[in-house]
Formats: sequence, structure tokens, C-alpha cells
Amino acid sequence: MAVSVDEAVSTGPARDHTPPARRLGGRGRSVLEVTLLTVLAVVMLFPVLWMIETSIKENRDVYAIPAKLFDFKVTLAHYKDVFVDPDGGRSALSVSFLNSVVVAGVSTVLATVLGVPAAWAYSRFAVKAKKDQLFFILSTRFMPPVVVVIPIFLMYRQVGLIDNKLGLILIYAAFNVPFTIWMMKGFVDEVPAEYEDAAMLDGYTRLQAFRRFTLPLLMPGIAATAVFALIFSWNEFVFATFLTSSDSVRTAPPAIAGLIGGTTTDWGLVAAASVVFALPVLVFAYLVRKHLIAGVTLGAVRR
Amino acid sequence: MGTVAAHGLRKSFGKVQALDGVTLDVPDGSFFVVLGPSGAGKTTTLRAIAGLDKLDAGSVHLDGRDATGDTPAARDLAMVFQSYALYPRHTVYENIASPLRARRCSSSEIAAAVEQMSSLLHIERLLQRRPAQLSGGEMQRVALARALVRRPRAFLMDEPLTNLDLKLRVEMRTELTRIHRSLGATFVYVTNDQVEALSMADQVAILKEGKVQQVGTPTEVYERPANQWVAGFVGSPPISLLACRAEGDRLVGAAGWTLPRPHWTTAEDGQGLLLGLRAEDLSVEQRGNASLSGELYGLEPLGDRTVVDVRVGTEILKVKARPTVTGTPGERLLVTVDLDRAHLFDAGTGLSLSEAGR
Ligand SMILES: Nc1ncnc2c1ncn2[C@@H]1O[C@H](COP(=O)(O)OP(=O)(O)OP(=O)(O)O)[C@@H](O)[C@H]1O
Ligand SMILES: [Mg+2]
Repeated sequence: MAVSVDEAVSTGPARDHTPPARRLGGRGRSVLEVTLLTVLAVVMLFPVLWMIETSIKENRDVYAIPAKLFDFKVTLAHYKDVFVDPDGGRSALSVSFLNSVVVAGVSTVLATVLGVPAAWAYSRFAVKAKKDQLFFILSTRFMPPVVVVIPIFLMYRQVGLIDNKLGLILIYAAFNVPFTIWMMKGFVDEVPAEYEDAAMLDGYTRLQAFRRFTLPLLMPGIAATAVFALIFSWNEFVFATFLTSSDSVRTAPPAIAGLIGGTTTDWGLVAAASVVFALPVLVFAYLVRKHLIAGVTLGAVRR
Repeated sequence: MGTVAAHGLRKSFGKVQALDGVTLDVPDGSFFVVLGPSGAGKTTTLRAIAGLDKLDAGSVHLDGRDATGDTPAARDLAMVFQSYALYPRHTVYENIASPLRARRCSSSEIAAAVEQMSSLLHIERLLQRRPAQLSGGEMQRVALARALVRRPRAFLMDEPLTNLDLKLRVEMRTELTRIHRSLGATFVYVTNDQVEALSMADQVAILKEGKVQQVGTPTEVYERPANQWVAGFVGSPPISLLACRAEGDRLVGAAGWTLPRPHWTTAEDGQGLLLGLRAEDLSVEQRGNASLSGELYGLEPLGDRTVVDVRVGTEILKVKARPTVTGTPGERLLVTVDLDRAHLFDAGTGLSLSEAGR
């Protein structure tokens, strides 16, 4: 499972290294540069490649020594195993993927719905001790989730949120709201408050002014922020492991991790599950890449 | 009806006291100009009247009714923002239509009103564009159109003509005065351009560092400035100020000159004074009832006239002269003074020492 989580992150940096090199032009690149880039690419991309390869190898080839890099038999059996149980019903893994979609989706929507108006308020209004409040909000992100997982576990046990999708949704939303507020405050600051002022003089209320004139300008920022929140919730492992146990509630990260260990490990299945797990985030980020870039350069979009 | 009354407005931003007790009484239907240099608090004053910012103290009455706590929408005002604040996602048409949409007018009403405004301001060609595709002057006209499309209690305008080129500005000045007259509406108009203020205003309020210095008609403000600062701010070229003292029947300059003591002043003997002389009340071509001697310092030809800088002691007098005037720097000159039109100010407080009924 470590492979799958790292994978979503590692392809990014590896790809990012190519454009600057290309910009320098073929001749401008030194031998050292090329060597370093090659080493980096191999280190970053090899695990991904290996994962994809393993997911389509027949079991015989997966365990072959020496490892077969090229001349193996291609099969989609592992992918079928990810979704379909040997008995014919839905597999436990596919249920966990569905759980992941629900938990990540709902928690992201929740964080966005709560965080965007809060960011707007922090940006537009004179709030007492605004800086201290914002720092406090940010500080909740300083500590790693592991630090709070035990107290949260105990609290959740009291209120019956253990092994409950709602429990995960709430905790992910709680982690994403501060992040959303911080990201979105920057985006709201970029939109001149005078659009709202003008709208209020036109005869709109303050909320109408926000909804009609500011919110549309924030969409790229909201998309960018939501993608990051979604990736956090989708990839989250620690809380998911500690707070859920039954197959019907588990999200994909602990479910995939659960495939490893026991007497034998079906590496083909692990690899296929990891690929399926990594794909949605990549596809989603690819689809909203325009928004992501626009979100980072909102100033250019505005006027 | 459309009276706007602001009383004792106070507003600070951290350490900056942007408004320090501003009081304005705008009569119904008047073209009221708030004139002041950059940072005087003009925008802050308009925003306070519009209800966009919370005040530290003071009240705003609209049509005689206390509106201090009202929302901007409830105040029924229209405003042209200094930065235009045109909605970037909306077309020019939708920008102009916005105040009518907010008030749920029918789309045929809206179409008619937008068409009328756009032909009045010559922006028919721009209706389908977005603000980013407009020049500064075009944006300003769209902002004007958005304000003028409705009939509010009063119009608030924050330097609506500053970004236009000179020719268009002069044109729009006439146009705005015409619009004002035909609507009979109340205009509160902010500018830092004294020519604009003097040429358009029924009444001018002069603002400096959050304090109103003087309120009056353009003539009053020009002819009877309440203090040295107003005298210096209004008028171009700026008024010349000479340090002097009253002694018996004479005014004695710090530079050694003497002039007869004007009869219209309340100045006392020995009091530190500033003698204010406007360029058009001075002459290097023999006119007036008293004279000062100095030397030619420089010539500023301005086409229709030439401003002659004359050095008297260490101070410079700006004298208006015919465009044909010539001379070489250092040349001795006799400047004649129309003392009846001069001004005297207390050197310490800057307040005018001219008698009221002069
Ligand atoms: N939001 C703000 N935060 C801090 N200071 C402000 C703010 N708005 C205005 N000020 C300060 O208040 C004072 C008055 O500002 P204001 O914008 O009213 O000036 P102005 O007369 O409109 O000037 P200009 O002609 O340059 O537009 C200035 O010193 C300005 O720096
Ligand atoms: Mg201003």
C-alpha cells in the first residue's frame, strides 16, 4: 500500500523537472544535469512502473526470479479480482473504494461549504484579534494526525462514531476546514471588496453581493482548494486505520494495506488495487488542471 | 427630494485619522463638490455617506431622516467609484443594468434605460464588451452610466473624470453639469481638481486631513478664502504669500519692502502676517495702487498668458502677464499690486484677517 500512496505524489515532481530543462535547450544541458535528472526519474518513476507492471502480470510471472521486466504474460485478472469476489458478488475492496468516494466527497463538500464563507468573512470584516484567530486556525494543521488519533478514538467511542463513515467524514472535514479557510482567504483577498460595495449600492444585500459578484470570481480558487482537500481525504490512512474496522465502513487505504501480510500476499491484487486507487485523483487533478493553474494566478483572471 | 447631511463624521484607520469631524450639508438638487488633495479623506467621506464603512462617530441624515444605521441598499444612493468597480464577469450592458436588476425592473424597462444611458455617454458600441476590454476613459463612462441609469436620492461621484484626457474631460464636465441640471438631482462630487470644482459646483467644501476647511460657493472660496491653506490650494498659479507685519499705516515685509496698510483688515500692530497676492492682482505692466520692487526670476509661457516669477527678497511672487512679455533673469522689476483684492492671514494660525463685509 505504501506504493500506492507515494505514487500519487511522486509522478508530479518527476514530471515537473522536464519543462525547465527543455526551456534551456538541448545544447544548454550539462552532463551533470542530464545524469541527475535521469537518476531522479528512475528513482521516482520505477516504483510506479513496477506497480503497473505487477498489476497486469500473471501470478507465475509476478513471483518469477529473476524478475521479468518485459516478456511476461498480460492479464487483467487482478483488476477483475479488485472488483469481483471469487464467489461472484461484490468484493470487499470495491466496497472500500465506494466508501472512499463517499467519505472523501462528502467531507470535501462540507469543508468547502463551511470554509469559503468563513474565509470571506475573515477577508472582508473587521474581526477582533483576526490575526490570532487565523494563526490558531492554521496551528491545528501543525500537528500530525497521529498525535490526536488516540484522544479522538476515545471521544468517538463515547459518542458511537467508531467504525462509522460519518465519523471519518467529520474528522476529515475538521482537518480540511482550516486548510480551506487559509487557501480561500488568499483568493478572497485578491478580489476587490469594491465589487461588493458597488453591488450593495445597486440595491443588493451583502450576501447577494457576495453570491452574485464575488463567488463566481472565486470558482477557480474553490476548485483548486477542493482538489487539495479531496486528495487529503482520499489518501488519509492513520485515522481510517484506527477509527474503522469492518469491511463495510473501511476506506481504500487501510483496505489495501490489509491485503499485505497473512500467510501469502497476492501482490498482483495489491498492485491492481493500488493503480485503481491512484487513478481517480490523477484523472481529477488532470481535469481541473486549468482551474488549478488559474487558481494560482487568479490576478490574471480577474480584470 | 434629496438632501444629504453628514454631521461630525469621524473615522480612523489605525493611527490615521481619515475623518476628523466632517460636517456637510448638501441642499436638495445642488451640485456639491468636495475638493481636497490626495489623502484628504474625500473617498472616506463618500463611503461614509453611502454606508459602506462603519463610522467611529457622527451621523448621516438623508432627506432629513436619520440613516446612520441603514444598509447601503436602503439609503437609495448611487455611486461612481474612484476605481470604477465594474463587475469583471459582466458585459457593459449587464453592468449598467445591474442597479435595475437589483430592483427587479422588467427587462423592457431595463433595455430602454440602458439604451438611453449608453447613447447619452457615447458607449453604444461597447455594450457587449467586458470591462477588461475597455480603456480607462471608457470604463469611467460605463461607471457613470451605471450610476445615472437609476433615479436615486442623490448621486455620489468619486473623481469620475480624472482618468479622461483633457479634451474629453472638459466635454464631460459640460455634459455632467447639463445632466445635473436636467435631472435636478443632488450630486455629491469628489475631486482633487480645483478647476473642475470651481467650474461645476454650486457649493464647494474644501477638505484637508479629514477636516472641512471652508464651505461656500466657488466665488466665495476663491475670493474670500477662510485661511492661508485654502488660499494656496484654490487658484492656479497658486497665490503668492509674503511674510510681513503691520506697523502704523504701513505693512512692512520681512524682505524690507513696505506697502500701505489695507483698511479692510483686522490685523493688529506687530502681529505676524502673511500677505496673499493672486497672480491676476499683480502686474509688471503698471496697474494697481501700490508697488513692490524685485528682480525677474523666470518666465512661464502658458500660451494665453505668461506667468512671471519675481523674486522679492527671498520670496517668489507669481505675476500674471500678457503672453508677449519678455525680460532677462536678474532684471529689476516694479510689480504693481491691487491691494483691494489682496488677502491677509495670521502667520501663526493661518486664519484670514480680512473683514467679513469686504
Ligand atoms: N482602508 C484603509 N486602511 C487604512 N488607511 C486608509 C484606508 N482608507 C483610507 N485610508 C487613509 O485615510 C486617509 C484618507 O483616505 P481617502 O481615500 O479618503 O483619501 P482621498 O481624499 O480619497 O484621496 P485620493 O484623492 O488620493 O483618492 C488617507 O491617509 C488614507 O491613507
Ligand atoms: Mg479617493
